[in-house]
Amino acid sequence: MTALLITAVSLLIFVVIFQISKASEYVAILKGEEHSRKQNNKINGFLMVVFLVLGLIGVWYCNEVLYDKTLLPQGSASVEGERVDSMLWLTLAVTGFVFIGTQIVLFWFAYKYQESDNRKVVFFAHSNKLEAIWTVIPAIALTVLVVIGLRNWFLFTGEPPKEAMVVEITGKQFGWIYRYPGKDGAFGKKYYKNIDNASNSLGLIWDDQLAHDDLVMEQTMYLVKGRPVKLIIGSRDVIHDVGLPHFRMKMDAVPGIPTTMWFTPKYTTKEMKEKTGNPDFQFEISCDQMCGNGHYSMKGIIEVVDQAEFDAKMAGQSPYYYTAFPDKDPANAKKDTVKLVAKPVELASKVTAKL
Amino acid sequence: MSNEAVLHAPAGAGLHHEAHGDHHHEHHHETFISKYVFSMDHKMIAKQFLITGMVWAVLGGLMSVLFRLQLGYPEASFPWLEDILGKWAEGGKITPDAYYALVTTHGTVLVFFVLTAGLSGTFANFLIPLQIGARDMASPFMNMLSYWFFFAASIVMLSSMFVEFGPFSGGWTAYPPLSALASASPGSGTGMDLWLIAMALFVVSSLLGGLNYIATILNMRTKGMSMTRLPLTIWALFFTAVLGVLSFPVLFSGFILLIFDRNFGTSFYLSDIFINGVGALPNEGGSAILYQHLFWFLGHPEVYIILLPAMGMASEILSVNSRKPIFGYMAMIGSLFAIAILAFLVWAHHMFVTGLNPFLGSVFVLLTLLIAVPSAIKVFNWLTTLWRGNIRFTPGMMFSIGFVSLFISGGLTGIWLGNSALDIHLHDTYFVIAHFHIVMGVASMFGMFAGIYHWFPKMYGRYMNNTLSYLHFWITLAGAYMIFWPMHYQGLAGMPRRYYDYSVWESFKQFAELNRFISTVAMIVFAAQLLFLFNFFYSIFKGRKVTTQNPYGSNTLEWTAPINPGHGNWVGEIPEVHRWAYDYGKDGQEFISQTTPVGADESSH
Repeated sequence: MTALLITAVSLLIFVVIFQISKASEYVAILKGEEHSRKQNNKINGFLMVVFLVLGLIGVWYCNEVLYDKTLLPQGSASVEGERVDSMLWLTLAVTGFVFIGTQIVLFWFAYKYQESDNRKVVFFAHSNKLEAIWTVIPAIALTVLVVIGLRNWFLFTGEPPKEAMVVEITGKQFGWIYRYPGKDGAFGKKYYKNIDNASNSLGLIWDDQLAHDDLVMEQTMYLVKGRPVKLIIGSRDVIHDVGLPHFRMKMDAVPGIPTTMWFTPKYTTKEMKEKTGNPDFQFEISCDQMCGNGHYSMKGIIEVVDQAEFDAKMAGQSPYYYTAFPDKDPANAKKDTVKLVAKPVELASKVTAKL
Repeated sequence: MSNEAVLHAPAGAGLHHEAHGDHHHEHHHETFISKYVFSMDHKMIAKQFLITGMVWAVLGGLMSVLFRLQLGYPEASFPWLEDILGKWAEGGKITPDAYYALVTTHGTVLVFFVLTAGLSGTFANFLIPLQIGARDMASPFMNMLSYWFFFAASIVMLSSMFVEFGPFSGGWTAYPPLSALASASPGSGTGMDLWLIAMALFVVSSLLGGLNYIATILNMRTKGMSMTRLPLTIWALFFTAVLGVLSFPVLFSGFILLIFDRNFGTSFYLSDIFINGVGALPNEGGSAILYQHLFWFLGHPEVYIILLPAMGMASEILSVNSRKPIFGYMAMIGSLFAIAILAFLVWAHHMFVTGLNPFLGSVFVLLTLLIAVPSAIKVFNWLTTLWRGNIRFTPGMMFSIGFVSLFISGGLTGIWLGNSALDIHLHDTYFVIAHFHIVMGVASMFGMFAGIYHWFPKMYGRYMNNTLSYLHFWITLAGAYMIFWPMHYQGLAGMPRRYYDYSVWESFKQFAELNRFISTVAMIVFAAQLLFLFNFFYSIFKGRKVTTQNPYGSNTLEWTAPINPGHGNWVGEIPEVHRWAYDYGKDGQEFISQTTPVGADESSH
């Protein structure tokens, strides 16, 4: 019923607008077309300035309302991301200046030089001097932006510091899998044909000793505050993208071609909760590359903690190897002895040696 | 002079650009079919492109209204949606499958069918022969084929919306593996097959058209019409056609490889893939990134294929209605040329975060930001054209001014996105949506509206209603800014594109209210376009009649042709050209047509 009503009302509005427009055409003919054309010209010339003024107020108002909803007030949550922000402000200053200046000139000229019987137009076809000015000045401004941009770019895409921890992140429809190298500090090899959702979600090659202590998790990725982290990014199926807006970082996850990215978290999740005043705050990983119909739900969580908490979290994780081979898990073999920390690796290596 | 007196040059053979006056004074008795359907008259083909483009613009626009409904009102349900979309909107709520299908088709249709075929198809066809002084295109038959290939592409694309699993839904860029594997996305099945066929037909149409435009501009200019006397519209359309001819085949090759991967078991783009429910695929050794290189090698020039015609038309219309010569004619051509060259050297700026070699990325940063220089030249030249002019606000003029405003706004954010270190943060967020919709989508649409309003009297011998046109302009300009300006802020919050629902995201859900605002404005702006459509079709039949041959006091050749030119354009000889197209306000004369010989006492420009 409401739909019908809305349609009827819109239709009516259309008819009214049309009738008025038609009538104004007849009036124009009666009054003399030239006369009403000039009148329209004045109205539209005036509206050009109105649009300019209202538009600039709108730009200001939009900023008032929305600025606090962006990530800029809270600053970057990674050390490297600060460079993104500072570059962003500089670019905003340059483009903002040009934007305001040219829009004012455009609409002001439109208003000021509207048709008038008294004006004699200036036959001004070209001026090498002017054209040289507005070729050279943008070129210089852009060179500055390029130089700053590339210095940051090479830092972001360069090698991370030596003390960086390494985490592997793999996208799949529609979620993320994280892998830590475990105690040996090295990842085991993997091959996609070994993938089995139940027991080997990444396709680890169990013949590789290095894989036996690898930790695989799906819910949350833990990172350490102040410690650079290098992400090795991969995908199991289609192209995904690891989007980390708070850290100002982003990199595609491409099947068959590993990519990397690194950054240094500046605040723990807890600190961010206080900083933003939002008790539900989380560092969310958003998939930023269209990956199928569940794309919008492909969320991951990064929890930044301090080193002690991180160590505790990692110690509580059981290597993925035991998920694949529960019978090899010492925790299952002797349920009463919990404090088996070093043995699983030995045990596992014996098993593979036999195989 | 009646329409009947207009001469019809025999199709295909009757192009006497060299032998002026060699005419067959006879009447062709055209049938309905040969005049309106399989027409070889460039003007009729232009109208066919235009009206087909309009149909697609309405469909594409309607799609955006539908998916904006979901974004603006994610909680609400609209029972009438189920009535029109059936299983795609069960319970009155658009499903994710339908949402992604709508987003994808909206993008494909607007970029290719509306802003490529609808824009350069219309105005290249209409303006090239009329403004260079030719009776028709170099090959009217190829021209006709170009339209009908486009028509076939349209039919196939339309039919893809009615197959069981829906049309392709992996985004208009169609990145594999998603687009290659039906098991990864239901839309990548039959829907994608049809999408590829439609696009292949479209490429054929585009090539047939483009080759024809180039051949016509180079070979069929009337006597005296040297390249440097051409109106800027023709220069822009020329570079557009060159871009299309050089880049569409690359896209086509990318599609061929995709077709092979989809149907014949090759692994050009596929490697190391495990699909839930299917298992590991046998393909190894392909590169998904290869497709992106092939795609964007067209994809970026495509942006300029869309933009250049709008630039050309805006230049012409701004000059005519300022009653002043375009400022820096040669610089305008030079900057068009620079943009056309650079368009081929910047494609990987769409791929900064794909894992591209960082050094290669840096080269693309440099070349990308270089494009800002010719763009700046163009903007300043347009502004100077207005300076001390005597501006008449015809609807075409207003849309041209709107075009310049939008081109500035959207162009400046290109400086943000082209700088890779900033792109890392903004890539694939709403900032990108805001950027390309303003600079490419809305700005080119404004160029198209400007062209339609300006040349409507030449197309149909009638005027459109001015009041409706002004309403259309102000609502669309204000609305476009209200829709896309706030999106920059969403992008600065890192809000990703192509999400069906943001309510579960702690980082993005603060924009629910804004999304509702944007969706509401989008609906109003869409409704305003219906005003335009009504104005257009009503005026074809009932508009005020044009009574003077040259209503704008314009210099270019199309206004020397009869009010309703027949096939062949000019009665008698094709006019000879003696000067450039921009002698406005020279030596105290308001305008001097290109056909006027240079007087002895005339000051040179």
